[in-house]
Amino acid sequence: MTPLAVFLDFDSTFFFQILFSTAFIWPALLVIEITLVAQTAGIILGFPLALGRMSRNPLFKLPVDFYLWIFRGTPLVLQILFIYDGTAELFNNPPILYPITRNAVVAGTLALALNEAAYMTEIIRAGLQAVDPGQIDAAKALGMTRLQAMRHIVIPQALRIIVPPTFNEYINMSKNTSLLVIMGGVAELLFTAQAFYSANYRVFEALAVAAIWYLLITSFLTQIQSSIEKRFGERQDVAAAARTGFLRRLMLGGGRR
Amino acid sequence: MNAPVIKAEDVHKRFHSLEVLKGINLTVDGGEVVVIMGPSGSGKSTFLRCLNHLEKINSGRIEINGHFIGYRQAPDGRLIEESDRKVARQRAEIGMVFQRFNLFPHMTVIENVMLPPVLVKGTSRSVARQRALDLLEQVGLPEKADVYPAKLSGGQQQRVAIARALAMDPKVMLFDEPTSALDPELVGEVLDTMKALAKTGMTMVCVTHEVGFAREVADRAVLMDDGVVVEEGAPEAFFTAPQHSRTKQFLSKIL
Repeated sequence: MTPLAVFLDFDSTFFFQILFSTAFIWPALLVIEITLVAQTAGIILGFPLALGRMSRNPLFKLPVDFYLWIFRGTPLVLQILFIYDGTAELFNNPPILYPITRNAVVAGTLALALNEAAYMTEIIRAGLQAVDPGQIDAAKALGMTRLQAMRHIVIPQALRIIVPPTFNEYINMSKNTSLLVIMGGVAELLFTAQAFYSANYRVFEALAVAAIWYLLITSFLTQIQSSIEKRFGERQDVAAAARTGFLRRLMLGGGRR
Repeated sequence: MNAPVIKAEDVHKRFHSLEVLKGINLTVDGGEVVVIMGPSGSGKSTFLRCLNHLEKINSGRIEINGHFIGYRQAPDGRLIEESDRKVARQRAEIGMVFQRFNLFPHMTVIENVMLPPVLVKGTSRSVARQRALDLLEQVGLPEKADVYPAKLSGGQQQRVAIARALAMDPKVMLFDEPTSALDPELVGEVLDTMKALAKTGMTMVCVTHEVGFAREVADRAVLMDDGVVVEEGAPEAFFTAPQHSRTKQFLSKIL
């Protein structure tokens, strides 16, 4: 069919029928769920990895470098298949691995999280290293231990640098969940669209619906992001510092005043 | 009050192959104010940073208040580096003021001054707050308590930094070029604060090129050059009749 024919043939009844049907609402919610879980796990894993990468001890640094080399140097789709199918093959699929090898949602989320951890490591490391070394000198000179200096002086200042790009990662993650389609067992948006058009060959309509849902999700996240960037993108002025104080209490739970 | 507070013996420090300190000997008695001068690259800042173990030394020994800083002595006489916790506790009684102030930008002035005793010494927040307010009064900035450092002038920031160091009740204060990053018209207020502190009997080691300050309050002036102490003596003699040619050369450039 020519493009014009596709356009003329567009089945708007079908399109609107599925656009806001539960058939797509549930997948959309699943995409949001996987995004939140995988990205948040990636952030949490990224912190110790970043510290390892910055370590002068090769015992900590080399394994982290190796991890980053693998996860940043191979395609994400390959990593997903590796964890879903590869793990089963590699370990002869013992029952203890069933939660991963027989559950595509868990395997996919795990793969996304492990991959994201590698990228978050670099974002967090860059943030921590951007803090003026004089700050650590001052903290040490006042008698703080390395841990206290990290917790009270370095991390709160690094967060201001880390938060904006991290939020960007949430947006990327929401789109990367579509790669789980490769496993064929995760009812996310792209899989659902495929399921529709393989039944009735209404490819354009089904993919358009999926696209609209992705746009809704990413636009929503972008809205949140721009309000956060307004707070954190500013230079190191009083207002930003005050807000970092707020975020420090929010994220680290150090609610003492 | 005249037991030595600082005793540095034959301190050597290398950065890779570059030897920065080539055997420094310096003793500072309780209540004494010592000014260290010298051309840039002479090792004076590095020496100061060795005194609170911000830099490790390669050989020699440094005692503060009668105990080694950063190291403990093994039975066979060798020095072993102390744990992070122990070093932190030792540093708590050595105040330090930096050229670039290094106030914590994410905290208000009062938080800067009260947080260290709360974290490090377990002082209660109400006691620490009161003490911080007193110290801000002492450095002449009581009205800036709830302001963030970025809103202060360089001179004001440095006075807060002095108050922050004093909040730990240090036995000795180290000043690393405290006025070098300041606009000329702001130098006076910081020097006045330091002079007032010297009058309270605080033991002070100041790396500075402020000759006026040295002549007025220092008990001793020291010239360092190329990693060694070239000359030391009472400020009057040091500035008017230096013995060593390198001292004369240096003074001719700054006087």
